Amino acid sequence: MPKTLLQKLWDTHVVREGPAGSAVLYIDRHLVNEVTSPQAFEGLSAAGRRPWRGETVIATSDHNVPTRELALGIQDPVAKVQVQTLERNCETFGLRQFRLGESGQGILHVTGPELGATLPGMSIVCGDSHTSTHGAFAALAFGIGTSEIEQVLATQCLLVSRMKAMNVQVEGALPARVTAKDLALALIRRLGSAGATGYAIEFSGGTVRGLSMEARMTLCNMAIEAGARVGLVGVDEVTLAYLHGRPHAPLGGAWDAACDFWRGLRSDDGALFDRTLRLDAGDIAPQVSWGTSPQMTCDVTGRIPEPCDEPDAARRKALADALDYMGLQGGTDIGAIELDKIFIGSCTNARLEDLRAAAGIVAGRRVSGRIRQALVVPGSRLVKSMAEAEGLDRVFIDAGFEWREPGCSMCLGMNEDRLLPGERCASTSNRNFEGRQGQGGRTHLVSPVTAAAAALAGHFVDVRRV
Amino acid sequence: MKKFQTFSGVAAPLDRANVDTDAILPKQYMKLISRFGYGDYLFDNWRYEDEGQLGVDCSARPRNRRFVLNAPEYRHAGILLCRENFGCGSSREHAPWALRDFGIRALVGSGFAEIFHGNCLKNGLLPIVLPEARVERLFSLASSAPPLRLTIDLEGQRVVAPDGVVERFEIDAFRKRCLLEGLDEISLALAQADSVTAYERQRRLSEPWLFAQR
Repeated sequence: MPKTLLQKLWDTHVVREGPAGSAVLYIDRHLVNEVTSPQAFEGLSAAGRRPWRGETVIATSDHNVPTRELALGIQDPVAKVQVQTLERNCETFGLRQFRLGESGQGILHVTGPELGATLPGMSIVCGDSHTSTHGAFAALAFGIGTSEIEQVLATQCLLVSRMKAMNVQVEGALPARVTAKDLALALIRRLGSAGATGYAIEFSGGTVRGLSMEARMTLCNMAIEAGARVGLVGVDEVTLAYLHGRPHAPLGGAWDAACDFWRGLRSDDGALFDRTLRLDAGDIAPQVSWGTSPQMTCDVTGRIPEPCDEPDAARRKALADALDYMGLQGGTDIGAIELDKIFIGSCTNARLEDLRAAAGIVAGRRVSGRIRQALVVPGSRLVKSMAEAEGLDRVFIDAGFEWREPGCSMCLGMNEDRLLPGERCASTSNRNFEGRQGQGGRTHLVSPVTAAAAALAGHFVDVRRV
Repeated sequence: MKKFQTFSGVAAPLDRANVDTDAILPKQYMKLISRFGYGDYLFDNWRYEDEGQLGVDCSARPRNRRFVLNAPEYRHAGILLCRENFGCGSSREHAPWALRDFGIRALVGSGFAEIFHGNCLKNGLLPIVLPEARVERLFSLASSAPPLRLTIDLEGQRVVAPDGVVERFEIDAFRKRCLLEGLDEISLALAQADSVTAYERQRRLSEPWLFAQR
């Protein structure tokens, strides 16, 4: 009987069956950040428990860290306590951690793959919903809450409800300067932000096979914005080439044995999915979100919908509320939306490939005078150093961008990088929720190249024509 | 975890789809390292008119009178009536902690985001999913005869409205038992530690590289 990739990964992790199709799954990799873990460690200590298999943990502070002048340390005293709490917990329990400024530090969803700590066939959890990113490596990876962090620390297992399998099959060539981010946004626009709730989305088809690992990570990262806890891409030679030689990847004979096993981590021909969706990559234009949910997105050449055109009363109200918050009028051309800030960063789009693409647009040009701040925040120390070795930092700085230290930064504005009330930002992050980037801030989700082009123009432009 | 058996309380109608966890508990409060004390910050951006900051006395902050939980009849609501995809976005368990600390014991809606749904169950909060038309009926009741009082009987898997109409809901048998008895799931899991050790032995053979990490 042919199996889906989801089924294969599920089967190899079942410790024991649970009620109603659920199962107790074994967890191979646990990524731990400073924001969602303190209460889990506190619970573990209070119960007198130890981590079941501490070597599966990799910890780093990413949400709450400053992105400039690291030498000064963390200025916010509350954030500082949280970061120090993670450091102390890792010392107490003997867990591997990468401290601020150390090589290996960065956004966990960027560093995990870079380190080769994300491997095909693993189950991976983290107290962060964008853990779906790691599914690009055919790993069963999903976000969990703090109680579950404590549970994984204590037992190495989690009771998980069975997920349905959705196949998103993408064929055709993406037009030039149309990226995986645009593909993800176009999919969310079609599915809706709850359209994949209860599913694991597997991305398949010729287009996906042709994407780099970085682009596949962007796709899987955004699966959660359609409601799916898990995104997946089957293993192929691109996967193996990316992992070869990474610090935590197996070596020598173990590498060969692992590759033999990993090559089987793809859906079998004829495997049955609960739902299949087909997209033609050639039809996709650069996407720009205009509302307060990622599904509120349209083509860069499009217009904001008019609430009066929406027949359903609840949707009409949601649309009107979103436009009110965003300070926009129905019927406005996307190209007429003027911006205040630009953010290139986050676990969605802060890898080397993203920075190269954005730098390619801004090279030799200047950020528009109306932009108050344009930030580039690399996803990790490694991304930062590789980018600097290529001179990308100079390209951005010369164009008028600020070049920062790695972290989650303005994606969620827990540190000093945030929008002020009313400010409008073209952002390569993943969520345009009210107040996400700062209270009263207005977020438009876009790809790195669209953000770069918007920085130069001061408003949205079709990056295919820049 | 606090037991959940039966609960009777006022249901506050939050008439908005896709309420995300950033809205339920904004980021600045996630810098705290405690598991309790988030009730004052629940829906902070909607509940107050100023920008919320850590360490500020919330009782002195200006309130948004149009927000449902600020209405006198809902200040002590124990149930939240919600729309589709409630709790979407971030995995922060701070969101259910804030609901719990405010005094919410159950949520009734047409659908919840998965991570949020799981997080509620770990904290003695019962998320009840009903068909959209049934949720719509409760919203209508809440607006025609406020405040709406609902009685929730977890053992019988029933929500009883003031007009006597009973809505049945589904819940996984294990989760139901944990809530009814207030069980510590980790202790239950550790009682079956042998199965984990046996699993690890077998997995070491099939994927040895996962156990020889550098």
